[in-house]
Amino acid sequence: MAAVRSARRPRRGGAPVARFVLLGFFLIFVLWPLYWMFNTSVKPSDDYLATPPVWFPTEPTLLHYEVALFTYRGLEGLINSLIISLSATALSALLGTTMAYSLARYNTGGQHLSFWVLSQRFLPPIGIVLPVFLIYRQVGLYDTHVGLIVAYTVFTLPVSVWMMFAYFRGMPRSMEEAALVDGCTRWEAFWRVAVPLAAPGIVAAAVFAFIACWTEFFFALLLTSRTAFTLPTVFRAFIGFQGAQYGEAAALAIVSLVPSIALGVLAQRHLVRGLTLGAVRG
Amino acid sequence: MANVRISGLHKRYGAFHAVRGIDLDIPDGEFTVLVGPSGCGKSTLLRTIAGLEEISEGTIEIGGEVVNDLRPRDRDVAMVFQDYALYPHMSVARNIGFGLKARKMPQPEIDRRVDTAARMLGITQLLGRLPRQLSGGQRQRVAIGRAIVRNPRIFLFDEPLSNLDAQLRDEMRGEIKRLHQGISTTMIYVTHDQIEAMTLADRIVLMRDGLIEQQGAPLDLFERPATTFVAGFLGSPKMSFLPGRLESRAGSEGIAFGDQFLPLPNGRMAPRTSGDGSVLLGLRPEHLSRAPAGAPPPGCVRYDALVDLVQPTGSRSYATFRLAGEPVIAELQAHDVSRPGETLPIDVNMNRASVFDAATGKAI
Repeated sequence: MAAVRSARRPRRGGAPVARFVLLGFFLIFVLWPLYWMFNTSVKPSDDYLATPPVWFPTEPTLLHYEVALFTYRGLEGLINSLIISLSATALSALLGTTMAYSLARYNTGGQHLSFWVLSQRFLPPIGIVLPVFLIYRQVGLYDTHVGLIVAYTVFTLPVSVWMMFAYFRGMPRSMEEAALVDGCTRWEAFWRVAVPLAAPGIVAAAVFAFIACWTEFFFALLLTSRTAFTLPTVFRAFIGFQGAQYGEAAALAIVSLVPSIALGVLAQRHLVRGLTLGAVRG
Repeated sequence: MANVRISGLHKRYGAFHAVRGIDLDIPDGEFTVLVGPSGCGKSTLLRTIAGLEEISEGTIEIGGEVVNDLRPRDRDVAMVFQDYALYPHMSVARNIGFGLKARKMPQPEIDRRVDTAARMLGITQLLGRLPRQLSGGQRQRVAIGRAIVRNPRIFLFDEPLSNLDAQLRDEMRGEIKRLHQGISTTMIYVTHDQIEAMTLADRIVLMRDGLIEQQGAPLDLFERPATTFVAGFLGSPKMSFLPGRLESRAGSEGIAFGDQFLPLPNGRMAPRTSGDGSVLLGLRPEHLSRAPAGAPPPGCVRYDALVDLVQPTGSRSYATFRLAGEPVIAELQAHDVSRPGETLPIDVNMNRASVFDAATGKAI
């Protein structure tokens, strides 16, 4: 097995120059908007739409960051977003893993329950936002962290369950069976053997859930107002009747990227294995 | 240490009837091998003993105690799996000690036992490694270590050697046999490999379609197969079957193949068939030998055979020729036969040959 892993794929033909040119174009395509966003976030306001464009601001400023984070309450939005996304992600991973294990190992609900879980994603969110809004108003969940955490957990759960379901189904049972014979209860075999082995899948599912929560706008807009508002909802304030505040928008966008990038770096090692969903067992 | 008693065991998966009424007594300390073709229910039977499969009907007793409703952990059995089932995220030492830890044994005692088991299997230098850093043979040793460290009442092996290459398989087979001689705990071993079954077993239980076809000491099954299925399953190259008829010619009972007549030795049997006298004569390669000079030994029938195919294996050669129109393989000394097309005098040892009723496949 070690030999299989270290074996390189046979190299495709083609000159290295062509490869580098192609990669170069791809990099420019991906990085240019990021560069321009950063550039805009530190430009003085007069330079946004200047002709010719200002490629490198001569007098960079952090003013837009200050305004976006404090005047427009971007910092509060950031903290709310972190609390809500991380909580919903954790809940979704925990519930998703246990539900998927039950579906995969006990065939819970026969062949229909697992599909029913996924079918929750077929529903366009706008179809349920009004009833959810009314219910939240009624039970006091409107504009609360808990309210949004519950909503996001429900929305991300189907995908988490399905990713983990596929992962557990691809995992041989014999290790858990060995644990059972060795002296574990079902629960112990799950926690001490199945969960550590499924870690790459759990991480991959959690990353998907986090990204979905972090970028969600529609429900955050309708279910929150002044307390539990999240980062994406802050952006709408930057476009007003008197013009757009490009600098502030760019600054807040840069800030919102930081957690995603940090998460990506942390999870990278697991992510690649998780996304293959146990197709290749090392 | 315990005996195992299985009575009236059935296992159904929906409409599929995997085990169809097994009664089996395994005495304390015996090495029992469950053998049979794939899908015969042998693995299912083993897994019901481990408690990994619920049973549909019947009882399983271990050491006189009915364990039908006991969880696997409470049955005090250890199991070695075909794919080893080592925990990939734990070191070898933690793999071996896992069962003890799950049973809340104090750590110093775990360390001591793991060390003893590792020394017994010669894997002390591997204790710090992860399973993926081990070769197949080493993994199998770790899996066996994980079983013996718990000192269970019964060992269960589910085709433990089938993922190893041939040489390693021979080596591990010897080690498992030595292990049993050393600790003499009851062992139940599942395999589809008849050589493993013959070499390891105190007793072979040969299964077919969810039922026991025949059980007994390996040599008993080999020499006196109860059915053509058993006869064909054990032994390599396989037993040859010649369809003929029971007849009486010139005052002696024998089997006729058209003009050819092979008399059965006196007192060999007084065979009766269920039908019209059609039988199958079962000849193993070692039942045929090159005829020495002089008269054939008692119970042997001599005739000249035209060699069709020669397969040398070194010390021995397998020669195929036709007898009564059917191909028959004989195991000869390598220097007895050189090339196809030769005609050799062959003695067929009718004392050891098996005769089966052609209609039922049962030995007569």
